[in-house]
Amino acid sequence: MLQGHQTWVFENKPTIISTGVVGGPFEAKGSIPEDFDILHEDMWLKQDSFEKAQQMLMEESCQVALKKSSIEKEQVQFFISGDLINQITPTSFTAKTIGIPYLGIFSACATSAESLALSAYLINSGGADYILSGTSSHNATAEKQFRYPTEYGGQKPPTSQWTVTGAGCALVAKEGSGPVVTSATIGKIVDMGITDPFNMGGAMAAAAVNTIETHFKDRNIDPSYYDLIVTGDLGHIGREVSLDLLKQRGLSIREDQYVDCGLTIYREGQPVLAGASGPACSAVVTYGHFLNKLKRGEIKRMLLVATGSLHSPLSIQQKDPIPCIAHAVSIESGSDAT
Amino acid sequence: MADKKKKKLPPEAQNYQAFQQDREVKRPVLLNCLKAFLVGGFICFIGQLISTFYVYYFNFTEQTAGNPTTATLIFITMLLTGFGIYDRIGQFAGAGSAVPVTGFGNAVISSAIEYKTEGFILGVGSNMLKLAGPVIVYGVFSAFVIALIKTLLIKWGVI
Repeated sequence: MLQGHQTWVFENKPTIISTGVVGGPFEAKGSIPEDFDILHEDMWLKQDSFEKAQQMLMEESCQVALKKSSIEKEQVQFFISGDLINQITPTSFTAKTIGIPYLGIFSACATSAESLALSAYLINSGGADYILSGTSSHNATAEKQFRYPTEYGGQKPPTSQWTVTGAGCALVAKEGSGPVVTSATIGKIVDMGITDPFNMGGAMAAAAVNTIETHFKDRNIDPSYYDLIVTGDLGHIGREVSLDLLKQRGLSIREDQYVDCGLTIYREGQPVLAGASGPACSAVVTYGHFLNKLKRGEIKRMLLVATGSLHSPLSIQQKDPIPCIAHAVSIESGSDAT
Repeated sequence: MADKKKKKLPPEAQNYQAFQQDREVKRPVLLNCLKAFLVGGFICFIGQLISTFYVYYFNFTEQTAGNPTTATLIFITMLLTGFGIYDRIGQFAGAGSAVPVTGFGNAVISSAIEYKTEGFILGVGSNMLKLAGPVIVYGVFSAFVIALIKTLLIKWGVI
């Protein structure tokens, strides 16, 4: 179980038996549309508000994950999820719809890894047989809350990122076939005094480095253990900063081994500036794209490092620096894990 | 100010910020200025065309054509904002599309559209001037201060 200072190792093999991945129109035009279960043409999803649309995304991803497995809703013990919007209402309203006992969490864009880590921990310790774990985000709801109205013509700097519209959900089970969650490292808050909310990648890179370093130290392995180290939403700047910093600290990570969900989801030429962000970014790319790679056997072991910046619009206005966090979860292909 | 703030940070954070800044993509300031100049100038050019149009075809003088010209520009902005074009112009032009009256119009209209889901009173009504409000507050206040100075100067016989 607990290994080192802040890492859990799961010896009972909690397994991701199915996933549900839903996206919006902008994601459909991206570089991995084939990894989505449902893609919507309309940002509104025929709802009255963007917040309801986000709730719809989350509901659909849960339903898809359940449908793809042979598990009934009633068999699932817990739903662990969260999102970015005030008081995580899209997630809580989803919990009301699906009617599964619910734990709401918040780690901004690191919510995907936090929920997966907690789910795996609960399953591993016998606290549940099946847990739905996921997260969602919507470009327009995030813009509205953290930045400007959707149609406002403000110029964004090249360091800013594009919030993903989508939801990703994983059904974690005690047994079954599928990728296995083998360990998780819970990150601590890293605050480097950066106050610019339009450069979250640069702020979060420090947290990613801290968690990655701790993970390898706690587990006593080196980076070559993993085929891929997948960061959540660092974008161009955060990826470069964190990779250089990791190399400086003496961890030998190859350029092609270190990928970012925020740079995987969209195509070159889409107006996303430094890359994608949002809780759904790491969720949809991991549960869709990278788990498919695992299932196809293209990779065997991956480490998901989801990064989140835990500021609020209020804290930014009051000139507080951005506190950042990163949680790491290792996922390995079922047959290989021992 | 920024330097003062930086001194309070622990050395680790200072080092990290420097490390991060080396890798940060900077705003292309010169290019942005050029784009702003061209787009802003083009918007003013359209404004001039509309103004001339009103003077020639309607009963306006050069002094009185200002208001209908502004209204027409804001109407065009409303259409461009509603159809989702103005934010793209804004990303390209920056200050060029933000400083003219069209930018002010866009700030009001985009907020009005955004908060429609919260109803007309508490949504649109209270949030419509969220972005444009400061412009009005400080615009009116500076006009007041300037008018005060002018009045005093006239009274003292300076001008």
